[in-house]
Amino acid sequence: MAETSREAILGRLRAAADPAPPDRGAAAPDFPSGRYLPSERLPRLRRCMEAVRTEFVEATEEGWPSAVRDFLVAQGARRVAYGPSGPDGPAFAAAFRPGAPPELVPYDRPVEEMKTALFTDIDAGFTSARGGIAETGTLVLWPSPAEPRLLSLVPPMHVALLRAATIRETFGETLKVENWAAGMPANALLISGPSKTADIEQTLAYGVHGPKRLVVVLV
Amino acid sequence: MSAEGAPDFHASSSKALRDAPLRANFRRAMDGLMAKRAAQFPDPAEWAALRARAAAVRARSLAKLPELLEALEAKCVSNGLKVHWAATTGEANATVLSILRAHGATRLVKGKSMVSEEMHLNDFLEANGVESVESDLGEYIIQLDGETPSHIIMPAIHKNRQQIARLFGRKIRDAVYSEEVDALTATARRVLRQKFFEAQAGLSGVNFAVAETGTLCLVENEGNGRMSTHVPPVHIALMGLEKVVERLEDVPPLLTVLTRSATGQPISTYFNMITAPRGPGEKDGPREIHLVILDNGRSRIFADGELRATLRCIRCGACMNHCPVYTRVGGHAYQAIYPGPIGKILTPQVEGLARRHDLPHASSLCHACTEVCPVEIPITRLLVRLRAESARSSAGSSVLDAGGGRSRLEDLAWAGWRAAHASPALYRMMTRLVRLASPFVPSRFGPMKAWTNVRSKPRPARRTLHELVKEKGLGDG
Repeated sequence: MAETSREAILGRLRAAADPAPPDRGAAAPDFPSGRYLPSERLPRLRRCMEAVRTEFVEATEEGWPSAVRDFLVAQGARRVAYGPSGPDGPAFAAAFRPGAPPELVPYDRPVEEMKTALFTDIDAGFTSARGGIAETGTLVLWPSPAEPRLLSLVPPMHVALLRAATIRETFGETLKVENWAAGMPANALLISGPSKTADIEQTLAYGVHGPKRLVVVLV
Repeated sequence: MSAEGAPDFHASSSKALRDAPLRANFRRAMDGLMAKRAAQFPDPAEWAALRARAAAVRARSLAKLPELLEALEAKCVSNGLKVHWAATTGEANATVLSILRAHGATRLVKGKSMVSEEMHLNDFLEANGVESVESDLGEYIIQLDGETPSHIIMPAIHKNRQQIARLFGRKIRDAVYSEEVDALTATARRVLRQKFFEAQAGLSGVNFAVAETGTLCLVENEGNGRMSTHVPPVHIALMGLEKVVERLEDVPPLLTVLTRSATGQPISTYFNMITAPRGPGEKDGPREIHLVILDNGRSRIFADGELRATLRCIRCGACMNHCPVYTRVGGHAYQAIYPGPIGKILTPQVEGLARRHDLPHASSLCHACTEVCPVEIPITRLLVRLRAESARSSAGSSVLDAGGGRSRLEDLAWAGWRAAHASPALYRMMTRLVRLASPFVPSRFGPMKAWTNVRSKPRPARRTLHELVKEKGLGDG
């Protein structure tokens, strides 16, 4: 049945397709560039993200792990999930001492073994961001075996480490310059704030299904 | 010649117009959406450039549609997805059910998908013993109330918070009564978290499917789409066959006009790009991803070079937000999956003009929809084209049930009109007859009702132009 539907659908489309597709727009669409100078990118990203209630913690390359720890302590977080083999996982973990809250929970097993903890027990998830996008105020994440997808989704708070040097102008520029098309990851994400909805009377409400809070640690 | 049991837009829109709370809900929401969109496109030159680029991407994708679909399929398969083709909604439903059955899944959680609305998937699955839960907040609200979406982006926009508070109180156990939006949202979060946790399969729509990389793109704000596609072990994605684009770099031009046009956001909270199921070493993500490609009349629309522009639609909803008819009658009056201007051109082409010839007429042709469409669909021109198609008498149209809006009475009236205007004697007789009979014809008479229901009855002049001219002694040329 599926095979015949496939042939029938494609047959109808082929019969109707233009013999010579119009030239209009055949060229690759350009990404606008030069709109945001390097010095304007970070302020713009921050402005856009703060407009949708993203929080920022400023830190240095050496000091961010303890800055994040202090922030989490101040927020009263008890258990924090992270990817121990993530790009910044070891440095992050080094700032925590056993016995002193918050407790670090490594996300290093299949979700089937982690699900209950993730849904009920974890106060925050920590990940790195691969980059940022100035135009829209966006974090770029490529979840991986080292930093699984649900770290940035299920816990009520998502803490993401962003290095200002990785902020590009636009999404189009990001795709092109980094040549994403040559090898897409299983999942790539653009995240531009905490979870939100306006489905009731157009009234904005935060934290509907995903994280209620998004905290960007800026280095 | 209308089809038996066809929806009656006149009746449903009249009913909606008398519903004051409904009209207030839509007026407020559409005013808000229009203002938010306008703020996103402050520069007319930039807007013109952005929409030209987006329209070009969509037009090029459609020009290469069959080859892009094949390329998408090949790429998806090599990425580890399973691809299914469905000519009809019935076939798509059966495909979804067979995937669920193969996994013994009886609990499905859904992200927003208009294609699943086309399929009436929830009803079908419930009838087959599968719990199918909508997780988009708006969709969840209307599912609780047994309704259909009244807007393609804001499905529950016809309800106000008091109505939703009462609904939650009635339908959700332990719901604490509150009319606060934050409290209502928190209640839905609590209920649906459990559903995400328990779901054996997740379902989503597709905003863009990239042929070059086999990537499925999902646009959302709530995180329910990510929950539905990342948490359960099986992910089923439903897409209309027009959703494919050629290259990854075609995505940003569409994404930017989609979110800005739809909700006035520079970008949605999440843009979720799915290329493969859980890979080696990955801790989460679905182990299986199925892509169901649905036709349901689209290949017929594709066959007509002009009407094909209908398929450029990226489902932003801007046309309905700016439509004076939609704003006044709301989405349910259309009795269609897709309401508003895009629905007025899409629905008659999918369901046929015999059933839905009234929809292309449900427009003042004010052009607001055409002006805001981010992919330059000439909606007004297509409305006029479909009006002509519905009255068509000759063969040679690919439109479903072309000529389906013809009425014998109208044909007869035009035949009489033509005859009268071809013969001076007959013409004089007719004008005299109209003048003499007019005062005795009640204003709500037979077929005249369609005109006089909302307008005063035309009153013929006491003397005709011919008579006046004669009186002045001028030649009756």
